[in-house]
Amino acid sequence: MIAALAPLSFLAQSATGNSFDVPANVVFYIVAAFMVFAAIRVVTTDNIVHAALWLILVLSGVGLNFLLLQAEFVAITQILVYLGAIVVLFLFGIMLTRAPLGRADDLDNNMRPIGVAVGLLLTAVIAFALIRTFGNDSLTFEAYAGSQAVAGNNRTTALANEIFGPQLIPFEVLSVLLTAALIGAIVLARRD
Amino acid sequence: MLLNQFLLLAAILFSIGVYGVIVRRNGVLVLMSIELILNSVNINLIAFSTYHGLGGQVFALFVIAVAAAEVGVGLAIVLLIYRNRRSVDIDALDELKG
Repeated sequence: MIAALAPLSFLAQSATGNSFDVPANVVFYIVAAFMVFAAIRVVTTDNIVHAALWLILVLSGVGLNFLLLQAEFVAITQILVYLGAIVVLFLFGIMLTRAPLGRADDLDNNMRPIGVAVGLLLTAVIAFALIRTFGNDSLTFEAYAGSQAVAGNNRTTALANEIFGPQLIPFEVLSVLLTAALIGAIVLARRD
Repeated sequence: MLLNQFLLLAAILFSIGVYGVIVRRNGVLVLMSIELILNSVNINLIAFSTYHGLGGQVFALFVIAVAAAEVGVGLAIVLLIYRNRRSVDIDALDELKG
């Protein structure tokens, strides 16, 4: 009985050990397959509202990837900002430009072969460079492991210290940029 | 987990986004493809931040904020194009062609 379960022993190891590699890998590959499929649907579907809905799947998949990479705060921000605000903005844009809400044949131009060629070439070149450079490097989370934040399980505190410490000036500049973009959007969209 | 599995996923998403920017005619759909590209960059930043400290996460947050600003201004421009031309076909915007 126990011998029959031996192939499953990696599950027990990963649950008790300091890594949870196997379940994380399973989750990653399922999510990645969904994300690639949804992303392809975003750029190929002939219903513009469906494109926005497929985009939701891709964006939440990216959020799950952030969780797998132990970046909880960025994952929550991703869900809040993208799913809560940006997708809604897209849907507003679709409605305000009176896009065809059903199927439409004129969403693509006639550059599809060039687009496919560029996409495949880009994937091949980047993949070649990545595999040559990083090979089988495994994620060790060494940058997180050394800090005290992990021991107290409060990495968000460490992130806040980073933002409001060394990165304070870029952060303030970013708020000026957001204000400028907001005013710009209002000026552009307002009727005179 | 390997570093490369995240980077390759990001590369595939990036290429799909580039395909969308090339092929789509509707302005809103082009903006969606740009979101795909920005998100793939964020995956890279977070993956590398596991090696080099929290700076990558801070940068990813900055990218998210800049993307929000970009979508706001971009949609305002698309709306303005629609108001002036009654269509958002960006392939028809060729006034700059000699």
